[in-house]
Amino acid sequence: MTISLALIPTIPFLGFFILALFGPGMTKKAAGIIGAGSIGIAAIITLFTSVVFLKNIHEVKSISVVLWEWISAGSLKADISFSLDALSLVFCFVITFVGFLIHLYSIEFMKNDEGFSRFFAYMNLFVGSMLILVLADNILLMYLGWEGVGLCSYLLIGFWYKEAANGYAARKAFIITRIGDTAMIIGIFILFVNFGTFNINELMQQASLKWVSGSSIAVLTAALLLGGALGKSAQLPLQTWLPDAMAGPSPVSALIHAATMVTAGVYLIARTHVLFTLAPVVQSAIAVIGALTLLLAGFSALAQHDLKRILAYSTISQIGYMFLALGVGAWSAAIFHFMIHAFFKALLFLGAGIVIQVLNEEHDIFKMGGLRKKLPVVFITFLIGSASLSALPLLTAGFYSKDQILWYSFSSQSGGLLLWLAGIAGALLTALYSFRMIFITFYGEAKTQPSFLPGRLMTIPLIILAFLSVFGGFIELPASMGSFHPFSTLIENVLPVTIIKEIESREILFQILSSLIALSGIWIAYVVYFKRPVLSASISHSRINKFLEKGWQIDKLYDSLFVKPLVWLSEIDKKDFFDLINISLSRIAVLLNHILSFAQNGKIRWYLTSLVIGIALILTYLLIK
Amino acid sequence: MLTVPLETQLIFAGILFLIGLIGLLVRRNMIFMLMSIEIMFNSAGMVFIMASTHWKQPDGQVMFIFILSVTAVEVAIALALILQVYHHYKTLDADAVNKLKDTN
Amino acid sequence: MNILFYIAAGVAIFSTIMAISGRNAIHSLLYLILSLLAVSVVFYLLNAPFIAALEVIIYAGAIMVLFIFVTMMLNIGIERETEKKWLNPGMWILPSILAAILLVNFILAIHTNIPITINKADIAPKQVGISLFSTYLLAVEIAAILLMAGVIGAYHLGSQKKKVKHRFLEKI
Repeated sequence: MTISLALIPTIPFLGFFILALFGPGMTKKAAGIIGAGSIGIAAIITLFTSVVFLKNIHEVKSISVVLWEWISAGSLKADISFSLDALSLVFCFVITFVGFLIHLYSIEFMKNDEGFSRFFAYMNLFVGSMLILVLADNILLMYLGWEGVGLCSYLLIGFWYKEAANGYAARKAFIITRIGDTAMIIGIFILFVNFGTFNINELMQQASLKWVSGSSIAVLTAALLLGGALGKSAQLPLQTWLPDAMAGPSPVSALIHAATMVTAGVYLIARTHVLFTLAPVVQSAIAVIGALTLLLAGFSALAQHDLKRILAYSTISQIGYMFLALGVGAWSAAIFHFMIHAFFKALLFLGAGIVIQVLNEEHDIFKMGGLRKKLPVVFITFLIGSASLSALPLLTAGFYSKDQILWYSFSSQSGGLLLWLAGIAGALLTALYSFRMIFITFYGEAKTQPSFLPGRLMTIPLIILAFLSVFGGFIELPASMGSFHPFSTLIENVLPVTIIKEIESREILFQILSSLIALSGIWIAYVVYFKRPVLSASISHSRINKFLEKGWQIDKLYDSLFVKPLVWLSEIDKKDFFDLINISLSRIAVLLNHILSFAQNGKIRWYLTSLVIGIALILTYLLIK
Repeated sequence: MLTVPLETQLIFAGILFLIGLIGLLVRRNMIFMLMSIEIMFNSAGMVFIMASTHWKQPDGQVMFIFILSVTAVEVAIALALILQVYHHYKTLDADAVNKLKDTN
Repeated sequence: MNILFYIAAGVAIFSTIMAISGRNAIHSLLYLILSLLAVSVVFYLLNAPFIAALEVIIYAGAIMVLFIFVTMMLNIGIERETEKKWLNPGMWILPSILAAILLVNFILAIHTNIPITINKADIAPKQVGISLFSTYLLAVEIAAILLMAGVIGAYHLGSQKKKVKHRFLEKI
């Protein structure tokens, strides 16, 4: 089984190498087969490994395999080693399975693009790096995967590099996540300096033994790692890159910016949860950040008119929910929501991709409409996805996962009323914007005609994901419905059980409340955006709408705080004022040249005279000796 | 039968050589520079003859013959070159042919 | 006999100095021929009659004549003004100082334990000839090739192709 574990990340890398080396010469069919096939094989191996692993879960909590020694410099040792436990198993399953569906979709989506093989090479590299991230045994290898996915995000956002704006968006994403990455690597350094190892399990053990809860070093390290997570997962204050990252192709948005990369922060916090329990103030900060982000992003999503940007803000908001769950200690609820969110968000992005492509790259939802009859499969799957996103009660998987988070945000030990209120307001917003999206895009009169119908390779993944968005939730039923929770049992092999301070029977009250809120959100959206288009038009032109649309103008704030001073400094330095030492060196050399070139004036007699002077001096010297 | 000491002979040759050297450094006309070089060649050859007499071997004189032939060839070529320079620069000034200078 | 040596040496030195400090090229060359003749006398006194003859025939007779022909061809003996302009007395100082230094060095260098010899022997031209054609045969052949190369080179370098220039460009 260790061999199959080692194969899981290796096969996508193999696919990447083949496509990178031979891609330009391959036919599109071959590139597609290799690109999607490598992920498919990885998915099958994951399935096989997970079956064997789950059978033995009671005896063996984790398996690991060491591939080779990576760094060995004195006391600094790190190996290429993978370890599989319940947490990484869930992530692997989502990455490979959803990734495979997205790759299938991409074969048809990108079929007219000339960078076909390059696309699949990057996607394979991404999946390989992400798998390394979740399977890594030591934190340095995880950082390698972390950087790898950051690189692939940059490459794929700027995939259509001939447009300058795409390059800027990719650069913005990379720089902002880089801020988080720097914080993370400092955190890793602190961990290594204190404990002398990079192995995650050892680190967690030693931290719980040696560090006092609430000590400043634990808080510092936890805060630094949190910084890394904030960057990658696009939470406050580092969330501004994700809406602009929609410049990449839709499969990229589905895979990277919905299902997997942006959840790497969640994975990091879950993996190093010991540190966060040792620093409760940081954990509360996670919850507060999650709550604030989900509200901020929810309001912003309500004001967008670009289809993919709505979904981008929606992603930020949903990850805010995951952070909220992590912050109150609801570990398995966060992971569950991650899995369900991956399903419906990937579904929504893929559906949005089809809509945009058949309408000839039209992104503005106010120029769409009436697609209900024209693209029936897309409409139904999109509807299912939005319903799951809004947590439509009982029918959709989203209900079960989001509801669990809302319950824990109130009832867990560090939870409270305020956090729950934020969550419930966010749920209202979610229902509002997702059904606003449905009503404007799919109902009403068609302002743009679709130019073709999507083929099977694009619709089958949609159907599979829609199926999962409905039935995926039934593996974790709350106490009020029978308490069938194999998922949290699985996760609790790795992460601690959520401790609640409320009576369990009060849960049903909260469930009814959240269902009502979701339904009322849908009804409000129906009224405003379907029945009374005038009202919605006046809303969309109001000033507050413009403010929300720009993501609460945070971009502008960063621009004036950071970008403008840097540009001003560079303008001052334009004459290379700080480079004076180097320039003065070169100027001295030129000056010496000017002086010494007098000795080279081309006159023979001058040269002869210098020759004779030299002879005289040498002979005198020899004679004196 | 000469009983002049060898040092005196060598000093004589040396003085001739140095006169040629001074002429080379001072004069600007190329013909004069070439002439000074001839003086230096001649004095060097003279040293060979003096040495041959001193050691009583004919090798010095043989060397002088070779120096003579080399000098002849060198003068011929040098004068041909001076002709070319004159036709190109219209002057025999040695300071005029300074195109290989550092142009700064 | 020694007196003859000193007289000839004095004549050589004097005429050489006149040669390099003259302003007329032809006069300088003639002074140089005089110097070579004096050197030839010195050679004869040094028991090298063959070499003395060679000095007159080849050096004074061929090489200097070549000089004179070229000088006459270039017509530079007439321009005395440029020579006056170029030859200011201040220019003699530095070379003279350098030559003095070298002379002092030279004298000091040779005053080191070389015994005075009395040249008695007589090296006949026959000895020179035998040595030339037995020991140094190869060098003779090479010298011959060198002379050949010199002839061809001088011919080639001396020839000029008529360049057609516009009359405005005549004066460079």
